[in-house]
Amino acid sequence: MSNRLTQAVNDLQGWFNDRAPSFGPFYRKHMTEYYAPKNFNIWYIFGVLSMVVLVNQIVTGIFLTMHYKTSAAEAFASVEYIMRDVEWGWLIRYMHSTGASLFFIVVYLHMFRGLMYGSYQKPRELVWILGMLIYLVLMAEAFMGYVLPWGQMSFWGAKVIISLFGAIPYIGGALTEWIMGDYLPSDATLNRFFALHVIALPLVLLLLVVLHIFALHEVGSNNPDGVEIKKGPKGNRWSDKAPADGIPFHPYFTVKDTFYTGFFLIICAFIIFFEPTFGGLFLEHDNFVEANRLVTPEHIKPTWYYTPFYAMLRVVPDKLLGVITMFSAIIVLFFLPWLDRGKVKSWRYRGTGFRVALFVLGICFVWLGKIGGGPGTDPMETIIGRVLTVAYFGFFIFLWVYTYFGLEKTKPVPERVTTHD
Amino acid sequence: MAIDGVDKGRRRFLTATTAVVGGAGIVVAAIPFIKSWQPSARAKTAGAPVEADISKLEDGQMVMYEWRGQPIWIIRRTKAQLDALPSQDARLRDPKSLNADQQPAFAQNEYRSLKPEVLVLVGLCTHLGCAPKLHAELKPEPFDPEWKGGFFCPCHKSRFDMAGRVYEGVPAPTNLVVPPYRFIDDGRIMIGVSEGAA
Repeated sequence: MSNRLTQAVNDLQGWFNDRAPSFGPFYRKHMTEYYAPKNFNIWYIFGVLSMVVLVNQIVTGIFLTMHYKTSAAEAFASVEYIMRDVEWGWLIRYMHSTGASLFFIVVYLHMFRGLMYGSYQKPRELVWILGMLIYLVLMAEAFMGYVLPWGQMSFWGAKVIISLFGAIPYIGGALTEWIMGDYLPSDATLNRFFALHVIALPLVLLLLVVLHIFALHEVGSNNPDGVEIKKGPKGNRWSDKAPADGIPFHPYFTVKDTFYTGFFLIICAFIIFFEPTFGGLFLEHDNFVEANRLVTPEHIKPTWYYTPFYAMLRVVPDKLLGVITMFSAIIVLFFLPWLDRGKVKSWRYRGTGFRVALFVLGICFVWLGKIGGGPGTDPMETIIGRVLTVAYFGFFIFLWVYTYFGLEKTKPVPERVTTHD
Repeated sequence: MAIDGVDKGRRRFLTATTAVVGGAGIVVAAIPFIKSWQPSARAKTAGAPVEADISKLEDGQMVMYEWRGQPIWIIRRTKAQLDALPSQDARLRDPKSLNADQQPAFAQNEYRSLKPEVLVLVGLCTHLGCAPKLHAELKPEPFDPEWKGGFFCPCHKSRFDMAGRVYEGVPAPTNLVVPPYRFIDDGRIMIGVSEGAA
């Protein structure tokens, strides 16, 4: 009996291989014969976790669209209907809203990992750029998603963010009308944001994620030592040609990732069940009031993941300059691989200047986030915000000067990853 | 045709012309989709002029109407408020209303209005579209000890005087917008259409 079963499985495999001979090699290339450095640490789980969250967003999103009404008149009530009347609707919605914030947490940590270990440096510039594009699309996706419940903060947040485009000289006014399809955020705006949020941007996002991973698998993963394992000795337990310091992604890292995913899901569950609004950070209190275009909430602020950039917008006294500053803060990251002329990747072996600067950058980002999430009325805070904004951009100028003029005193980089036995 | 007889110039020409025609086709085909994002006919109709009744508006009172979803304020200013306006010029960013985008030509005057006492404004802060609050009294306020009446935006602390002119050193870049409007008679204003326009 078992022989006949084995035979049947083999036959089926043969049938597929005859018709799609590239599937097997494709699977092996990206899973069982993708050799990732064996010295990955906990910072290397955030890429996988962001994909876990992406799947969560897609699945819960699909189910939310089954009950949500895309109309300015009905949207708010339909979300309340999901929360109160749809069986388990509250869980699906909180999974989606919590997922949005956790997406940014894991993506920010994933990006910071890249900065720590120089994962943006040659030959991984394209991986970095594709990742930055993912980040941009993700910000647009999250912004439009936040508009859909049509609460006060949905409406006023949309109004403020769209009005940023109004700062562009000459075309600004016409551009904002074109984006909104009306003279203010309205039913037309809500409908197009829904279309973009549930179809257009997710498709772009998925494509970019696939390209990000393909680009990564061409050059191979970086690691905490910043050592190119492909340039090191060859031959491991599975292949003579594979890097000696690499182990197959599947099953070794899939098991590790699954373990950490379980741990991550416990944290998610805690938030979803006990603190889904996260004290007004994940879901702002004002958004539990239906949109009213004639009443402005006292403090208009975006959700926490935009607040560092929102703070930059606010501390610059000129509107157009503020908008330029805010967008530059994101755009400058695209140029990181070329601003950093250093040859050493990991901060373990980089100069003290780099380590201090990166630490300062992290502080700036978090502190600006705190300022951007506040009311913005304290003049002292405005001055601090300006200093932090200058320091944020200062990191990139410093990095270029530091590496271009050879001021960095690096430590010797080991030949192989430090835990290669 | 023989393989060695490939006419490369002809091939290049065909490739180029096909690419250009195809590219032009894509651009032209994109126009309807891009245009579909413009305000629809219905949205434009909903943005039609609105009539406001100010016959019962007393000195110092404000009434709010809605035009194109924007709050439109109509305020009958007191003499004290009007007299205080020139005293603020030195503290303002654009005291002479030189920025032509912020008001129709008819309102580019000292009072930024058709009739000195009647002020018509779009009630949205020119910074990020919040709704400034009217602080009409000429008395020191926590945000300005020399306050001569005007508007204070609670979002980011922008200040405007009783003609909607913006003060120096606040986030709002420009004066509050004066919408197009005209008087039908002494007690009625048509908001959304200027004098002389159809």
